Amino acid sequence: MNNQKKAAHPYIPNTVPEVQEEMLREIGAKTIDELFDGIPEELHYKKDMNIPKALSEYELSRYIEGILNKNINTKEYLNFLGAGCWNHYVPAVCDEVNQRAEFLTAYAGDPYEDHGRYQALFEYQSLMAELVDMDVVNVPTFDWAQAAATSIRMASRITGRKEVLLPKTISPDRLKIIKNYCSPQIECVFIDYEEDSGQINLNDLEDKLSSNTAAVYFENPSYLGFIETKGQKISKLAKSFEAITIVGVDPSSLGVLAPPSHYGADIVCGDLQPLGMHMNYGGGQSGFIATHDDLTFIQEYPSRLFGIAPTVVKGEYGFGDVLYDRTSFALREKGKESVGTQTALWGITAGVYLSLLGPTGMYELGKSIMQKSQYAMGQLGNIPNVVASRFESTNFKEFVVDFSHTGKSVKEVNQYLLDNGIFGGKDLSEEFPELGQCSLFCITEIHSKEDIDRLVRTIQECIDSISSKEERDGVHAKN
Amino acid sequence: MVYMQKINRDHKVRNYHQAKWDEPIIFELHKIGERGVTLPATEEEITNNVGDGVSAIPLEMLRKTKPNLPEISQNRVLRHYLRLSQETLGAAFNVEIGQGTCTMKYSPKINEAFASSPKMSELHPLQDESTVQGMLEVMYKLDLCMREISGMDYFTFQPGSGTQSLFTMASIVRAYHEANGEGEQRDEIITTIFSHPSQAATAAVKGYKIITLYPDKDGFPDIEKLKAAVSERTAGFVVANPEDTGIYNPRIKEFTKIVHDAGGICNYDQANANGLLGITRAKEAGFDMCFFNLHKTFSTPHACGGPATGALGVVDKLMEFMPGPLVEKQGEKYILNDRLKHSIGKVRSFQGVPQTVLRAYAWIRALGAEGLKDVARVAVLNNNYLYHKILNIHGADAPYIKGKRLEQVRYSWEKLTKDTGVTTEDISHRMADFAHHYWSSHHPFVVPEPFTLEPTESLSKADLDEYIASLTHIANEAYTNPEIVQNAPHNSTIHRVDEQDYFENPEKWCITWRSYLKKTNKTETINS
Repeated sequence: MNNQKKAAHPYIPNTVPEVQEEMLREIGAKTIDELFDGIPEELHYKKDMNIPKALSEYELSRYIEGILNKNINTKEYLNFLGAGCWNHYVPAVCDEVNQRAEFLTAYAGDPYEDHGRYQALFEYQSLMAELVDMDVVNVPTFDWAQAAATSIRMASRITGRKEVLLPKTISPDRLKIIKNYCSPQIECVFIDYEEDSGQINLNDLEDKLSSNTAAVYFENPSYLGFIETKGQKISKLAKSFEAITIVGVDPSSLGVLAPPSHYGADIVCGDLQPLGMHMNYGGGQSGFIATHDDLTFIQEYPSRLFGIAPTVVKGEYGFGDVLYDRTSFALREKGKESVGTQTALWGITAGVYLSLLGPTGMYELGKSIMQKSQYAMGQLGNIPNVVASRFESTNFKEFVVDFSHTGKSVKEVNQYLLDNGIFGGKDLSEEFPELGQCSLFCITEIHSKEDIDRLVRTIQECIDSISSKEERDGVHAKN
Repeated sequence: MVYMQKINRDHKVRNYHQAKWDEPIIFELHKIGERGVTLPATEEEITNNVGDGVSAIPLEMLRKTKPNLPEISQNRVLRHYLRLSQETLGAAFNVEIGQGTCTMKYSPKINEAFASSPKMSELHPLQDESTVQGMLEVMYKLDLCMREISGMDYFTFQPGSGTQSLFTMASIVRAYHEANGEGEQRDEIITTIFSHPSQAATAAVKGYKIITLYPDKDGFPDIEKLKAAVSERTAGFVVANPEDTGIYNPRIKEFTKIVHDAGGICNYDQANANGLLGITRAKEAGFDMCFFNLHKTFSTPHACGGPATGALGVVDKLMEFMPGPLVEKQGEKYILNDRLKHSIGKVRSFQGVPQTVLRAYAWIRALGAEGLKDVARVAVLNNNYLYHKILNIHGADAPYIKGKRLEQVRYSWEKLTKDTGVTTEDISHRMADFAHHYWSSHHPFVVPEPFTLEPTESLSKADLDEYIASLTHIANEAYTNPEIVQNAPHNSTIHRVDEQDYFENPEKWCITWRSYLKKTNKTETINS
C-alpha cells in the first residue's frame, strides 16, 4: 500500500483516487485542477487557508464538547431571564419530531416528495389559527420582530400610508429590527405610556393618529410584561382614522388571555419560541403572522401560505401554495417584500406543541404562569425597598422589579445572583433610563415555589449584605 | 437439491414507492378529554397565596372560550408526525442533486449531537458574557475561518438566511451612502437575472430601483450593459459568481472596478460557494461584502426551510455599519461589542441562530483547510461528470458556452419538450417516482424548460450514475410513452393536485382547517 496516498474523507466519497481518475477519464480531463481553468490565474488563491487540520469524529467531539463545557446553562443555574426569549418546558415529542432526519434535512420539495412537510405546515397554520382565532396564518418568518416589521409593511401597502405608531415600551432590540426593515419608506412614531400603569396613553395616541397613519402597533403582554387592557379602544381609535391595528402577542398567554382578534386586531403577529423551542441562545425564535381570510390582506403577505386541495385521486388530501404569484419567488422585485428560508421547522414544532397541549394544556399553561408570576411579584415586593411590579397593571409572565430604592444598581444585584447560581432579570437601566434601576423578571410554568423562594431569599441577602457593607462604610442607604 | 437462487436486481432505476399513511388532518384525531402532555402543577402554597391567578386578568382581556385545539393522546400525536415525516423526502434519504443553487449536501450527525446538547440548547441569549464563553468562542473562531475563506475583515452571523443576508447588505449599502451624504442620490442597485430573486427583492424593500442585467451570448452578465447602467445614482451591485449556470465570470474584477469607479459598493452573493472553497476569494475579486449560507456550503441542515444562517462578511470600511453586536476577543475573554458607530441596528433577534453557527464550525474543523479544498474540487468533479453524462441524454442540453462548469449547471429540456410535449414540470413529478427530488429553476425561465442540478461533494459516482439513469429513463419514456410522465407521480404519497383553482380562487382556497370547514359547508363534498 502506498503510504503517500491520501485517505478518503468520510464526508466526501469521491476523494478515493481511483474513482477520481475514472471520472476524469470519462469527462476527458487530466486533472481536477483543469476543471477550474475558467477562473483567471490572478484570482486563484495560492496560499493555504489558515484553518487547522481535519479532526476525526472522536477528536472533534472532545474538542467541541470542551468548548461547550465553558458555557453555564439554564439547567445549571436558575434562570429568570425572558425579554423576548423564554424558558418553557419543551415536551420530548417536540424534539423527537424536529430531529427526524426527514424533516431536518428536507428543503424545497414539491408536494409529491414532501407531502408530509406540506401537511405538517398546513396543520401548524391551522392550529395557530385556532389559538389566535383567525383564519389565515403564514409559514413562519424569522422572529417576532420580522413578523411585526412585515405586518407594518403590509399595512402600509394596504393603506398607502407611510407612518406607524408604536408604544414607547416596545423592546429596544425588536425596535432596531423593525426600524431598519421599515426604513426608508415608513416612519416610526412613538406613543407615550401612562407613568403608573405602563399602558398606552390614549390621549397621546389620539393626538398622533392622522390620515398618515398606516397602522397602530402594540403588544400583549407588553415587552415590560403588563397586559394592555385597552385593546378595544385602541383598535376603535385606529379604525376611526382608517388605520390598521396590529397586535404582537406572546402565544403562551392565549390559553387565558383574549386573542387580539377579539379586541379588533386586523393583523396579529408574535414569536413561536415559547411553543416547543429550546432557547438555543436565541436560535429558537420564529415569527408568525395571522389575518382574517380577506383578499386585501392575503395578497400582501410576502410569506408562503399553504392551502389544502383535492388530488386527482378520490379521498386524497393534497396541498400547495396559495397565491404564489404574490411572492418574490415568482416576481423578483415586483413581489411582496421577499421570501426564502426562514424558520419552517419551528412552525412544525409549534404545531406539535399545540397538538400535545390542546385547549386544556394551553389554559393550564396560562393559569400556572399567572399564579407563579403573581406569587413571585408578591414575594419580591415584600422585600423592603424593592418595588414589584413597578407598574400598576396586571402582568403575564414578566414584570418589572424596581431596585432604585435599595441604593444599589441592577448590575450589582445581578452579579450577586450570578455568584449564587442565578441568572437575574434583564437590566432595563440602559434601555429605559427613566425607570431608574429596574429589571425585567420572567416566571414561567417551569419555576417551582422553591425556585422563586430561592430567588427572593438571595435578593434579600444581597440587599442586606449591601446595606451592612454600607453601614460599615458609614454610608446610609437611600430611603 | 434446490439451492438458493440469485435474486434478480437488474433493474436500472429504483423500484420505489413513498410511504403513504393516508393520515387524517390532525384535527380529525380529536377525542374529547385526551391529553398529549401535562404541565407541572402549581404548588398548593402558591394557590393559597394568589388564588387561581386567572381572576386577576381584567374581564375584557380574559379569553371567554378555550381555543378550538384538538385533544389527542401523546402516542397518537407522535405517530401522526412520524407518519408525516415518512411522507417527506429529506435530503438524508435521497440522492440529492435536484435542488440546484441550494447545495444539498450531507449534514453530519455528530453536529446534530452538538446542536442538541443542553450546553447549547439551554442557553438564554441574554446570559452574562462570562457564562457563555464557549458559545462566543465558537462564533469568534468561525468568524476567523470565514475571514480565511473570503478575505473579508469581519463577519456577523445574525442574518437568518441568504435572503436576510441580502437584505442586510442592501441596508449596509444604504447606511454607507447616507453617512457619506449620498443617500438620496444613490438610489439604484444593479443585479442580474440569473441571481436569486431575493437579490432584487430585498434591495427593492430597502427602497432601491433595480436594474437587472441579462446574460450575453456566452451566459455572462453583459458587461457592456453594466457600463451603460452605472452612474452617480449607482448605490451597489450584487451578483453571484458563478451564477446558476455554473460558469465562472472571468471578468469579475472588471465588473467590480466599473462599479467602484462609479462610487458603488460590490456585494457578492456566495450563498452557494461550494465550488470555490480555498480556490478563489471574494476579496481578490474586488468585493466589499459577501455572504455564505451555512445551510448550503457549510452543511447545516435545511430544516424544511430554516432555521438557518447567512454568514455576512465585510471589508474594514464597512465594519461600523454592521448589525450589532459583534463577537470580539479581549485578552483571554470573548465579549459582545455593540458600539458600532453607524450600525444599521439589527436584522434578527439576539445573535441569529447560534446552533447553526456551532454546526458549521464543527463541519469546518472536521475537514480542515485541505478538506475544504477537497469539498470544492470534488463538488466540481462531480458536477462535470454529471454534466458530461446529461449532455448525452436525448433531448437535454445546457445553454451557453461549452467547456467546463463549476459546481452546478442550468440545463434545458427545450428540445425534448418540442419533440414530445413533456415539460420540465412533468419530469419533476416523474422523478419523484424514482425517489428523486428535482427542481426546475427560479422564475422567470430565461432558459426554456429549465432544470438546475448541483451534485455537491457528498455523492459517490454510484449515486450520480443512479440519478443519471433515472433522467435517461424518463427522457426515453417522454419519447416512447409520454403519458406516463405527464400523469406522474405514480409512486408518491399523493397524486396530482388540482392547483389552478384551489390556490387562486378566494372562494376555494383554504389556508387553515377552520377555513376548509367553513368553505366546505357551503359546497358539495370534494371528490363525491
